[in-house]
Amino acid sequence: MSHDHAHDHSHGSDLSPVEARVRALESLLTEKGYVDPATLDALVELYETKVGPHAGARVVARAWVDPNYRTRLLSDATPAIAELGIGGRGGEHMVVVANTPETHNLVVCTLCSCYPWPVLGLPPVWYKAPPYRARAVIDPRGVLAEFGVTIPETTRITVWDSTAETRYMVLPMRPANTEGFSEEALAALVSRDAMIGTGLPGAIPPEMPA
Amino acid sequence: MNGAQDLGGAHGFGPVMPEPDEPVFHADWERRVFALAMAMGYTGAWNLDGSRATRESLPPVQYLASSYYEIWLAALEQQVVATGLASAEEIAAGRASEAAKPVARVLARDGLEARFRAGFPSSRDSAGPARFAVGEAVIARNIHPPDHTRLPRYVRGKRGRVERVDGTFVYPDTNAYKTGENPTWLYTVSFSAQDLWGESGDPGGIVTVAAFEPYLEPA
Repeated sequence: MSHDHAHDHSHGSDLSPVEARVRALESLLTEKGYVDPATLDALVELYETKVGPHAGARVVARAWVDPNYRTRLLSDATPAIAELGIGGRGGEHMVVVANTPETHNLVVCTLCSCYPWPVLGLPPVWYKAPPYRARAVIDPRGVLAEFGVTIPETTRITVWDSTAETRYMVLPMRPANTEGFSEEALAALVSRDAMIGTGLPGAIPPEMPA
Repeated sequence: MNGAQDLGGAHGFGPVMPEPDEPVFHADWERRVFALAMAMGYTGAWNLDGSRATRESLPPVQYLASSYYEIWLAALEQQVVATGLASAEEIAAGRASEAAKPVARVLARDGLEARFRAGFPSSRDSAGPARFAVGEAVIARNIHPPDHTRLPRYVRGKRGRVERVDGTFVYPDTNAYKTGENPTWLYTVSFSAQDLWGESGDPGGIVTVAAFEPYLEPA
């Protein structure tokens, strides 16, 4: 037992095999001068702490309060998103699709993990894993049910398979009873899943009569 | 290629398992693999299409048994060796025994955020007019290239409709192998769910894919 342990962890300490492999690779590529560890730290920090679905929620909230912005967003999304200072890798060629009472939109990448990074951040594990990639295109209502989302039978579902360079974001319908909400308050209702199409924005109960 | 990556319509993988309050990374080694893949891609030794081609070329049993970042790691090791940046022996040792091979560029800490917030567009100027127009009926060609393509199996041979002409973009099928960017027209093509899946298809449902011009023929 102790012998196996020492053998498996030949790079010292208590690293698992995959941890040891990654550490060895990073050491080698650093020694060769191909990568700089401080740059790797900065990349991780950028995508772990700065780029995320809060950006997409700002885009959605702006489209809910500004009809002209909504029109620009739906006709040419990349520059419209850039108006809010949002853009970059994985979002160079954006398309935004609007949910309506007639159509619900759902985004998938059956071939890999294409996802609009600048507005949603890095994709969650389920988005990249076989169950979602396999079933979103053949059984979208069944997938939505697993997220607790039921779409009326009369609402058509359009599934957008991101098989090439375009990256999709869903513009959900603005919830009822949000008249007078600030953009910030509206953005707080917009979840990551609502912008993939596997969720809906938070519901607001009607104000009770005094 | 008809590899394990082409999952659309497959059965047997079970339910989708969303994780509440999921972190961006689940382990520190995932952080490092992500950043290494980004930084090594930036060197120009290969491109994103080449990375996808390598990942989907993993044996199906390995691909399906691996987590997402395990797939990235295995492909990254292969690409480093295939491009001569390091040997398999050096990777196993974690130490260099040969001189580095020159690379086009190294990603620097300074300006990193601006660089990634600017992005890396794959649109290119058009070499000629688009063959298809919005509203036109098309058929996704029944092709089975053994190497990289972005045409999923589940639409091949099916009749669809051009919804949008997206422009001209780097053609992944050749760019993956560095045999040319070959800017190619890209279309958003819609299919009826029941044309794709028969009676199993969601009534009235639509599925769209982004299809490069060589994937399509007139209906």
